[in-house]
Amino acid sequence: MPTKPDDLDVHHAHLESDATPLDDRPVVLDVRDLRVHFALRGGFFDRLLGRSSGSVKAVDGVSFTLRKGEVLGLVGESGSGKTTTARALLGLAPITGGTVRFDAGPEFGGAIELTGLREPQFRAVRQAIQLVFQDPHASLNPAMDLATAVAHPLKIHHITKDRVEIDRRVRAAFERVGLAPVDQYLHKYPADLSGGQKQRAVLARAIMLNPALLVADEPVSMLDMSVRAKILQLMLDLKRDLGLTYLYVTHDLATAKFFCDTIAIMYLGRIVEIGPAAQIYADPKHPYTRSLLAAIPEPDPRRAVPRNLPRGEVPDAARPPLGCSFHPRCPAAFAPCGWEARDVNALLEQRWTAVEEGEYERERAVVGDPVELEAGATALLPDIHAGSGAAAALLDDIKSADPNEPFWRGVRSVEPEPGGVRLDFNEPVDPALRDIGSVRVACHLHDPRFAALAAPVETP
Amino acid sequence: MAAPVISVRDLRVWYGTERGPVRAVDGVSFDVRAGETLGLVGESGCGKSTLGRGILGLLPTGSAVDGSVRFRDRELVGVKQSDMRETRGAELGLIFQEPMTRLDPLMRISEHFAETLRAHEPELSSAEIDARSIDTLRRMGIPPTRFRHYPHEFSGGMRQRIMIALALVLNPAFVVADEPTTALDVLVEAQILSILADLKRNFDTSLLLITHNLGIVAEACERVAVMYAGRIVEEGDARQVFSDPSHPYTRELLRSTISLSTTALHYIPGSPPDLVDPPSGCHFHPRCPSAMQVCSRLDPVEVRAASGQRVSCWLHGPDELIPPGGTAPLQRQELASADEA
Repeated sequence: MPTKPDDLDVHHAHLESDATPLDDRPVVLDVRDLRVHFALRGGFFDRLLGRSSGSVKAVDGVSFTLRKGEVLGLVGESGSGKTTTARALLGLAPITGGTVRFDAGPEFGGAIELTGLREPQFRAVRQAIQLVFQDPHASLNPAMDLATAVAHPLKIHHITKDRVEIDRRVRAAFERVGLAPVDQYLHKYPADLSGGQKQRAVLARAIMLNPALLVADEPVSMLDMSVRAKILQLMLDLKRDLGLTYLYVTHDLATAKFFCDTIAIMYLGRIVEIGPAAQIYADPKHPYTRSLLAAIPEPDPRRAVPRNLPRGEVPDAARPPLGCSFHPRCPAAFAPCGWEARDVNALLEQRWTAVEEGEYERERAVVGDPVELEAGATALLPDIHAGSGAAAALLDDIKSADPNEPFWRGVRSVEPEPGGVRLDFNEPVDPALRDIGSVRVACHLHDPRFAALAAPVETP
Repeated sequence: MAAPVISVRDLRVWYGTERGPVRAVDGVSFDVRAGETLGLVGESGCGKSTLGRGILGLLPTGSAVDGSVRFRDRELVGVKQSDMRETRGAELGLIFQEPMTRLDPLMRISEHFAETLRAHEPELSSAEIDARSIDTLRRMGIPPTRFRHYPHEFSGGMRQRIMIALALVLNPAFVVADEPTTALDVLVEAQILSILADLKRNFDTSLLLITHNLGIVAEACERVAVMYAGRIVEEGDARQVFSDPSHPYTRELLRSTISLSTTALHYIPGSPPDLVDPPSGCHFHPRCPSAMQVCSRLDPVEVRAASGQRVSCWLHGPDELIPPGGTAPLQRQELASADEA
């Protein structure tokens, strides 16, 4: 972890926590199998008939521990569930399963179980867990000057009404976050400030109640490159001086590298890789982690090499892919990863993106427009001219055009049937987190049961 | 070397405000050649978006433009809006920052394309319109089966591809892309960047890529122009500028960019100046670690650095214009830590 040279004569109230190894420090947050599922409302008839419309598993079995003074990076794309996880810890998203044990230390009254807490009880917890949002402009009330905004937590939590005391604490917080000279900033409005200054004010408000845990949701991604480093440095200084613990939610592995002791990579509601930051950057195990690292633009044209990027985007969480959620995009996917009927559509669309207009028309005439195939480990590819074998020939064509396409590793058999071709896929297996050295990875490539099946493939 | 498609000379753009005119673009000159990608980088408020819009004649009312923008031997500054409307779209394209808000939610993708093509090429038949749209979409990686879908049926990355296809379907010679990947995820950003980097090969279109991220320029552009407080401070071959920056601002900006190879957090002290009342001389001198006496007094003169790029910085001379004693280091005021962007 990068630390600033200790040139400041600060009073290190919590210095011990930076000196003791991570494993020996007290656990601040212990999350076990956290689930946040949102029920889908469905259509009118579904509700009338009492049919369930399923649910969106925004967070689906996430576990991690956060020790005092640690910075855990929760990294993933939009829709990975990283923000929902963070919000659930503050009672801003409904926890539908699992346990969350929060222990801010004796001064906060010891360990508390956060699942099942009611709103008034959560309010008390939120003194000890503070949240910093992505957009500093949206998180400050435009009609409140900075002094009022930063003093607001004292009012909300009925800490004090003494004006002198409030003024003293506000000034101390302003000094702490570098909004100095304080008098110059106290009565400014958010509109008068730059993005970096606003984020400093947000941080001042967050440390007002001496919290134990700070949840920072993309705190620097709205800021200019030249300011990001400054705010990250401020957050590191605050952590050191105030003995804070951070949960850093981001999509950016470059800033996380500077900031985090531990990294958890999330994809579609689950952690796919978690471990010490140094380990994850030096030797990323999951193909998704490797892709995320490869996608970071490097400000050095000599190093900009053509990359093998995963195709497509994060799928719909209401209908997650079978097996490993990442398999439709994964360049290294193989037999057990959960190939299914829906992947046939993607294969056809990918083919039709590449071929000429005339060929597309001909091939579409054979199999018709892709229909929304149901999730399942078999697929019937229709043949408009039943019995002609044209659909089977088309599949052969597609396969010979790109035999290395991971899709074919999942196909067990292709059988002609009346009306089309039936594709049978290998049994989908849900990857579970496994210990690989000091990290935990959920990927079949690292599962000895499938070692024989895994083809030696280039991954980014 | 190919002839320039766009030649900008001494372009100035002002906005009127209550406190006086804001000089958002202050004497900018550059060329973009056929099939070339020029990256325009700078911090928020440096005037880079204003410059992009100024070239396309899309400035809001209350702004004034001076200087020259030549597009294939035609002058664009001072042209009537109605004439500009014919050039824009057909020959000059724009790709916006937020693909979510730029597509009409009530129109199918096919209708977006039909509207665009009918407005600029009324002689096309419906079949030709469909064929051309589908072909452009395909080159952006959108399968033809999705042609009649509505915008909400696409993901963010696909919508941005559709926006790019909408700009390219008219085969414009020059396209301005204003922070095209800012709202997108890392992996999708990388996909879009590789599409933009391939534009030259696939469409022979020149591109002005506006961004605040130097990493994006390194990925997608051959040349780069660095903008600070309304002026271009350095311009040249991207490899050259990145490996051997001539202007202290470029150097500091590169050092403060956080990437995987960054080994220490670094930032530029201070903040970009107020463009109503910018600092005298070189606008960067109050933040510049190498500032000299002359920098606060005289506007820098553009010179060609030894390594080939254009640079406006007194460190590179011309020495005969520097008054005696001008090279002595400048005593700077202490900057407050929060005085930043």
